[in-house]
Amino acid sequence: MANKSLDYITSLLQKGIRFDERSLEAYREPIVVERVISPRSSEGSARVKIAGTEVVAGVKLSVGEPYPDTPDEGSIVVNVELIPLASPEFETGPPDVAAVELSRVVDRAIRESGALDMKKLCVKSGEKIWMVFIDIYPLNDNGNLFDACALASIAALQDAKFPKYDAKTGIVDYSSSSNKGLPIVRLPISCTVLKVGQQYLVDPSFEEEQALDARLTIAVADGKICAMQKGGDGALTFEDIQKMVDIAFRSTELLRRKLE
Amino acid sequence: MSLLIKEKQLVIPGETLAKGMDFVPSDGTYRDGDEIVCGQLGLISVHGRVLRIIPLAGRYIPREEDVVIGRVVNMSLSSWQIDIGYAYEANLSLRDASSDFIERGSDLAKYYDFGDIVTCKVIQVNRAKFVDLTVKGPGLKKLKGGRIINISIAKIPRVIGKQGSMVSLIKQVTGCEITIGQNGRVWISGEPEKEYLAERSIYLVEREPQHVGLTDKVKAFLERGGVDGK
Amino acid sequence: MASKKFSRSDGRAFDQLRPMETRVGVIPRADGSALFRIGNTVAIAAVYGPRAFHPTFLRNPERGVLRCNYNMMAFSGSGERVRPGPSRRSREISLVTEKALNSVIDLSEFPNTVVDVFIELLQTDGGTRCAGITAASMALADAGFLMKEMVSAVSVGALEDNLVVDLTSEEDCELKAVDIPIAMTSRSKNITLLQLDGMISKDNFFAAVELAKKACSALHDVQAKALREKYPQGADENGK
Repeated sequence: MANKSLDYITSLLQKGIRFDERSLEAYREPIVVERVISPRSSEGSARVKIAGTEVVAGVKLSVGEPYPDTPDEGSIVVNVELIPLASPEFETGPPDVAAVELSRVVDRAIRESGALDMKKLCVKSGEKIWMVFIDIYPLNDNGNLFDACALASIAALQDAKFPKYDAKTGIVDYSSSSNKGLPIVRLPISCTVLKVGQQYLVDPSFEEEQALDARLTIAVADGKICAMQKGGDGALTFEDIQKMVDIAFRSTELLRRKLE
Repeated sequence: MSLLIKEKQLVIPGETLAKGMDFVPSDGTYRDGDEIVCGQLGLISVHGRVLRIIPLAGRYIPREEDVVIGRVVNMSLSSWQIDIGYAYEANLSLRDASSDFIERGSDLAKYYDFGDIVTCKVIQVNRAKFVDLTVKGPGLKKLKGGRIINISIAKIPRVIGKQGSMVSLIKQVTGCEITIGQNGRVWISGEPEKEYLAERSIYLVEREPQHVGLTDKVKAFLERGGVDGK
Repeated sequence: MASKKFSRSDGRAFDQLRPMETRVGVIPRADGSALFRIGNTVAIAAVYGPRAFHPTFLRNPERGVLRCNYNMMAFSGSGERVRPGPSRRSREISLVTEKALNSVIDLSEFPNTVVDVFIELLQTDGGTRCAGITAASMALADAGFLMKEMVSAVSVGALEDNLVVDLTSEEDCELKAVDIPIAMTSRSKNITLLQLDGMISKDNFFAAVELAKKACSALHDVQAKALREKYPQGADENGK
């Protein structure tokens, strides 16, 4: 329950003490990345667990028409659904703003890093392209859905194989796989750093997320920053951001190893 | 004319527990013709001729005389609304809020403000499950600081232990103050690392299947500073 | 009934269920939950409640209300992506799921509240509403509600004149089987879900219901085993 001991969590965090005694820059263990859903349904899938937090992601591929401004490029859709099955806090109905933000932050890391070679997703310029749908569903929210969803999206992309496509008839045969993977160029990894008081921490638990002043999600690929999102009501100083970026670069290296 | 199950066996809804008229159905069981049937997942308890189910799960249902840990979520001009972990909030009226006289029209936030944690007692529950609370009585008060954890209602007796032995042990080793509400909320207050140790030992008790040497196991766990023996 | 020459594309006998897997307590934040896999169909059900019910006019002052919600994950279909959000199909399935479970569950202790059952399909290969009901019944038991008995469900059908149990998506859609999803209670053997798509003789229909009865009984054994596995009992406990 949300309660007054929130003040207490905050007061401890300000002293650098976490409820579960982790150090501020430590992710919870175990971090598990595994494949779950049989190839029969999705073209690629992954399950990511960061201790208690669990999300599943699935990739669906279909052939459609390109956008007029990018006639020779495929398209990506990223969607996170906060399904009420997973948590008493998630509600039925159209996606609320939290789900929209989560979707867009995951989307941006993939899109802006150029994780996929979009030109290789073109079937016939101006007419047919591959559309990549990445759908992500948290099954348990024990905090840090941002990093878990981002990691699951990349693991699912790595797992995906094109179904067979008949260019003459324009029919995708979902029952047979081509065994050809997606044109992955690089792997963006996201780390969300929280600021509470004068402390910075990663991989917040559900309770710690309630205590944040500000958060900064930083996606890193090829040693560069590829997407960012600042959240929370508190403001950040330039120095805060420097420190948070340094933490994110260190943490994303740990997460990257989980994809190997 | 026979019992088909053993004491403390896990039984499943619809399962036949006894045949014949020698036994009497109680909580979580029902009669169907000449059979007594399980009507709730749980452990069967046979007490003389009476069969009842000890549930393993389920949310808190308020009952009179329960001592619960609540949180102030709202206030009107003459009462507070308290979240006690049930679907709807319970009511704490002026006359039950304090042994001091609170004058009508005074600022209620001076006594209990939003977010305050209070141990209180259920004094009345009606058919529609409206609940009245009181904070007048021994041990009933506002709680300051500390952490609150939630445990399964079904596991409360085990966390308390025989004559309070389990919770006393945890209090003694950690030096924490611990209050257990019948609504499954446990308030722990002490040194942060001791609170964490107390929290984990309570989860250990909650998690373990019924275990004869549980007290010794918890004692060893506490003495090792929270390292599991396995 | 089934002719001797008839064979199913996956090699199963006409009355054989696909391999099953069940796990109880898979959603930590829920009051009760269960996963049920049959072949390539995987359903997870989670129960929340009793909790506050909005809007107010839907409340029943005499008892709690059971509310079910069936949903296919976007990547769960065997073809193109399923658009997220409710469809006419999913809303109807939610409704018949509610009716399949309502008669066994007693919510009279929880006036004015709602008990939510959320069913998500992770992957689908026929029989999804039945898998959802089978999982939901386990999740409700796991949540500790008063329940007269369990419910299990299976789709039976006919491929031409051959009766079959537990249709795959291929049998249902491509081979155009008559599809009859049926839910049955574990003790009284009452039918709480019955739908039918296709043309079938009266005799074959009643024979199919008999097949469903046998299959539901096998499903119930699987449910009971999963519930017992969640709560392993130590030897010392029985010895007391």
